[in-house]
Amino acid sequence: MLTYTIRRLVLSVPTLLFIALVIFMLLQLAPGDPMAQVPLTVPPEVKQKMREALGLGAPAHIQFIKWLKQFFIIEPAVFIDWLTNTSSWFRWLPNTDLYTPCGPAVEGDCDLRMLSWQTRSPVMDLVIQRLPQTLWVVGLAYVVAFLIAIPIGIYSAYKQYSAFDQAGTFITMIGFSVPPFFTGPLLIVIFSVYYGWFPSIYDTTHVVNDWDSLVVQIKQMIMPVMVLALQITAQISRFMRASMLDNLKQDYVRTARAKGLSEFAVVMVHVLRNSMIAVVTVIALAIPGIFGGSIITEKVFKVNGIGDALIGALFASDMPMVMTLTFIFAILIVLANIFADVMYGVLDPRIRYD
Amino acid sequence: MTEEIIPIEALQDNAPLAPHRSQGQEIWLQFRQHKGAMFGGGFLLFITLAVLFGALIWQVDPGKLDIRAKNFRPIYTALWDSTAKTGWNHPFGTDQLGRDGLANMIAGGRTSLAVGWAAMLLSLFLGAMVGVMAGYFKKLDGPLMRLTDLFLSLPILPLLLVAVTLFRQPLRTAFGSPEAGMFVLIVGVIGITSWMHTARIVRGDVLALKEREFVLAARSAGTTSRGIITRHLLPNVISPIVVSATFGLATAIITESSLSFLGVGFPSDFPTWGKMLADAVPRMTEYPERVVLPGVAISLTVLAVNYLGDGLRDALDPRIRGR
Repeated sequence: MLTYTIRRLVLSVPTLLFIALVIFMLLQLAPGDPMAQVPLTVPPEVKQKMREALGLGAPAHIQFIKWLKQFFIIEPAVFIDWLTNTSSWFRWLPNTDLYTPCGPAVEGDCDLRMLSWQTRSPVMDLVIQRLPQTLWVVGLAYVVAFLIAIPIGIYSAYKQYSAFDQAGTFITMIGFSVPPFFTGPLLIVIFSVYYGWFPSIYDTTHVVNDWDSLVVQIKQMIMPVMVLALQITAQISRFMRASMLDNLKQDYVRTARAKGLSEFAVVMVHVLRNSMIAVVTVIALAIPGIFGGSIITEKVFKVNGIGDALIGALFASDMPMVMTLTFIFAILIVLANIFADVMYGVLDPRIRYD
Repeated sequence: MTEEIIPIEALQDNAPLAPHRSQGQEIWLQFRQHKGAMFGGGFLLFITLAVLFGALIWQVDPGKLDIRAKNFRPIYTALWDSTAKTGWNHPFGTDQLGRDGLANMIAGGRTSLAVGWAAMLLSLFLGAMVGVMAGYFKKLDGPLMRLTDLFLSLPILPLLLVAVTLFRQPLRTAFGSPEAGMFVLIVGVIGITSWMHTARIVRGDVLALKEREFVLAARSAGTTSRGIITRHLLPNVISPIVVSATFGLATAIITESSLSFLGVGFPSDFPTWGKMLADAVPRMTEYPERVVLPGVAISLTVLAVNYLGDGLRDALDPRIRGR
């Protein structure tokens, strides 16, 4: 299994490189000019100098290789330096000095970090600030969705065509069909405006340090998480029901009943464990949709995650930021796919990858 | 001399035999059993006809500004609030600029559904082509399936956002009007990024079909590959294609609305359901109906399409049919 995981990780490198190339070509072909917002009184030769300062003068392949170097060599170097010099966990390690910042005092080789055109600050710093919010919301949405969907799926399959099953199928169908940009505003109107239970805006500066602030944090997370979770719940419970139905007809279930096991043990131990295997694949299939949904959720609830940063950067034609954020979305999706495939192999002993 | 054989009474047919049912009738019978699918199909037909011909009946220009008649509430508000500003001349109310709500819903629905249908057809075409090619030609299988896997791991919505924002301007100039340019762009990007599931299903079916005897017979009769694909393989994979078409339609409608909602869709004076919803969000506490009406329209259409797909899948599957 370890060799399989390593092989998948190694194989994902060309995939990711290709995706990076696709995104880069898209941005290259795009006619947007980052100098469009500069006042017309600025003379053209100055504008040309500004373009070159942004790194736009170089030919496309040089720009691409430069971006790759910045993303895969310089930024990790900065990160390792930060780990060994300032972070509290790894400060006991010997200080590294992999990154030499450029400046008037530096002679010879120096490393240029990737800079955002909007703020002139390093892109990765902005990403690191915003990534946790997105991961928290998406991750919690997954957990909540699993907790809701698995029992619904089990019970509707066990009592197929019962009233509960019909209602469950209808509700999951609705969850499947109602888009997050409709449920989001609807929840805001109901729960923040009429009832005033939850805040409609996600406050990222909020610090959790005691019980009361934790309650505030939970309150502000409920609505964005539920909007995302509704979609995932619908998919997972449909899949869970189908998978349970398949397994309930199998011979081993009859054997288990025949040898006198309790109904609870038959369903919850034998059938459930076998049905969960197939459900794991849904995680991978749903991931791109969920990250798309998270962009909308972040927009609706004003969570400043990476989806929100992407939209802001797009409207400001901030190319390095757009490129990096889209690529990070791609990395997250590819990693989730690998995780699901590996889990599939771990859970199902019939599947041997080696 | 031959005597006419008269069967004994118990064996006599006293009623004519039921005529043989064609495959189409079988499918229709099974489809009719699925209540949700019937409702879904009916609603989809209704909404399609409404947006196509509604403008002929309700002849109000959706873009006409009438500032004196602004902020009308929908007619049903009068049921519980007799002081509300309502009127039969604006059954769905008007917005803050006095544009008629019903006319906007019709015009918006036409755009949303047109984008949905066109993007779905494009993705079906691409998906079926890639699927058949990968399944039929062994040499193409590896590369095409790698390509499919690659597209499956693309971050779709971020890429759509990037493409639509960046290519808006040149396409507008290329197609003359901003609407036409935007339509081609949105349909193109949705179609190009959503064919993968169809391709996988079609490939799987073609792989199995190609080993069957009738394909072998066709090949020994000298049929070309093109003939085998168009005459023998495509008609046999039509049912998975139809089923994935319905789900493709649903996703395309939602994706277009999401783009409009995020503010990168059609130009601002051109209504779509997603755009109407996005424009109404800042005032949704005073005028919730302006969010709810387009939102419900999108949700019901997608719900109808999903139910239709469920029913079609059951009806087209001969193993379930007849039970």
